Amino acid sequence: MAYGPKIIDHYENPRNVGNFGTQAEMKARPDIGVGLVGAPECGDVMQLQIKVNQRTGRIEDAKFKCFGCGSAIASSSLATEWLKGRTLDEGMEIRNQQIVEELSLPPVKIHCSVLAEDAIHKAIEDYKKKNGLPATEEAHAH
Amino acid sequence: MKLKLGLKSRSRYTNADRTKDIFPMAPKLPIYFDHAATTPCDPRVVEAMLPYFTEQFGNPGSRNHRFGWEAEGAVDEARQRVADLIGADEKEIIFTSGATESNNLALRGAAQMYEKAPAGSKGRGHIIASTIEHKAVLDPCKRLQKEGFDVTFIEPPADGVVTAEMVKSVLREDTILVSLMWANNEIGTINEIPQIGALCRDRGIVVHTDGTQWVGKMPVAVKRDNIDLMSFSGHKIYGPKGVGGLYVRRKPRVRLVSMQDGGGQERGFRSGTLNVTGIVGLGKACEIAKAEMERDGERLLKLRRKLETQLTTQLDSCAINGHREKRLPHLTNVSFGFVEGESLMMAIKDIACSSGSACTSASLEPSYVLKGCGVGDDLAHSSLRLSLGKWTSEEQVDYAIAQIVTNVRKLRELSPLYDMHKEGIDLSKVQWAAH
Repeated sequence: MAYGPKIIDHYENPRNVGNFGTQAEMKARPDIGVGLVGAPECGDVMQLQIKVNQRTGRIEDAKFKCFGCGSAIASSSLATEWLKGRTLDEGMEIRNQQIVEELSLPPVKIHCSVLAEDAIHKAIEDYKKKNGLPATEEAHAH
Repeated sequence: MKLKLGLKSRSRYTNADRTKDIFPMAPKLPIYFDHAATTPCDPRVVEAMLPYFTEQFGNPGSRNHRFGWEAEGAVDEARQRVADLIGADEKEIIFTSGATESNNLALRGAAQMYEKAPAGSKGRGHIIASTIEHKAVLDPCKRLQKEGFDVTFIEPPADGVVTAEMVKSVLREDTILVSLMWANNEIGTINEIPQIGALCRDRGIVVHTDGTQWVGKMPVAVKRDNIDLMSFSGHKIYGPKGVGGLYVRRKPRVRLVSMQDGGGQERGFRSGTLNVTGIVGLGKACEIAKAEMERDGERLLKLRRKLETQLTTQLDSCAINGHREKRLPHLTNVSFGFVEGESLMMAIKDIACSSGSACTSASLEPSYVLKGCGVGDDLAHSSLRLSLGKWTSEEQVDYAIAQIVTNVRKLRELSPLYDMHKEGIDLSKVQWAAH
């Protein structure tokens, strides 16, 4: 598939690859929210981790890992860039359509942006749950 | 007059020669490792074809002048060369536009000719194929199903090989046709075609084999192997695209209902003015294959062994798909666990190959062939097919090994699944979020 330059850039130089520890360690840390979405059988799995400054409520750092095609890697890489510095509510405002536009994802790859949005929301919800914060009301469905 | 198109010497086309001039160590890029999809035309084939575009351009159907006779002579010669490659008589070769047309003609033509219903039934007859046939067999079979034929699709075991025993176990009194590929296009596995031929000959059942990946690479003796119908293609064997053929046995005679009516060419099986240039090219490709395929096959088997050995020893969680021995010598299908195929192909963009990953197809479904022989969807998404050819050099193989190993490792650094695997988490037990 012929991809646009932004996808290629994120694929070749993915931002913020990694994690803040193992799966077990993440469960125990209250400042980390984890969003794990997709399934190996579907060919896409994204893991997004956010590190929240518990005093300011802002996302200080974000990391991702991704098993998936070039678009999936680019979408999750972009998601980490966009999350850094946002409040949780601002993070929840990221929509898959914005990712589609930013990366010029081809139509058959739109599901990658949906997956990235899911991962963002799951990571934020995971943090909120760990810290006893009220869940955000899902404003839309896909 | 000789046309000058710079096709004089064959050595010009060897990748090894080209690369040495530019780079003493690395091969010229990109590297073509997708010979199961199509092959470059052999320059000797192109040279043989050229006069038939401009000088000997006649229609073989023109019986009353030299132009027609020359074209007819060229077609006859090509027919003989094709027949010699597969151990047939020249009258048993029907030229078509390629293996897809040959498969359609064989399946639909034989089904309609031999249709019969068992007593007390409304069916038109029983056909046997497998779930891992090429779409050019599967789809005609599905259409025949809609038209009232009963089709059994054999599900091969994990090694991908369809045996005579498997065919025997699904034979019925009303079985009229068995259609199984000789070698699979995605994993290269080899079915027991001669044994299946013998089994069906005893019972008077017509046997068709899609020989697209086999003919011109491996030896064929259609008479000994009891094959009634066999499809093959020009562009898989260093011949031109748009030409292929169907072997139709004459003793005992196999009959077909023609799919295309008109001028009655090709003994009425396939009307239409003959593609003389293409046919000449196919004939030349068959002649070269007969002389060189054994040597090429031995050389490519060594290269493939190197490729497989290096990949599986340098990388963990890496599996060769299909039977270890019963496989075409030039093709390998490898699953690299925890790495998605399309992203791997992006990383090794200088190596042209294919993947069973859904992300490389329009349907978003992973390879039905890998699924068909029990490779899980996750590993189907992680597969690469690498198919070598006549001009593949050892430098190219070495380069591919280095590139694949480096990039699989790099992508595993990115893979959450590889982390989980290393942490000892059983991925099959994880509750994945559906999407």
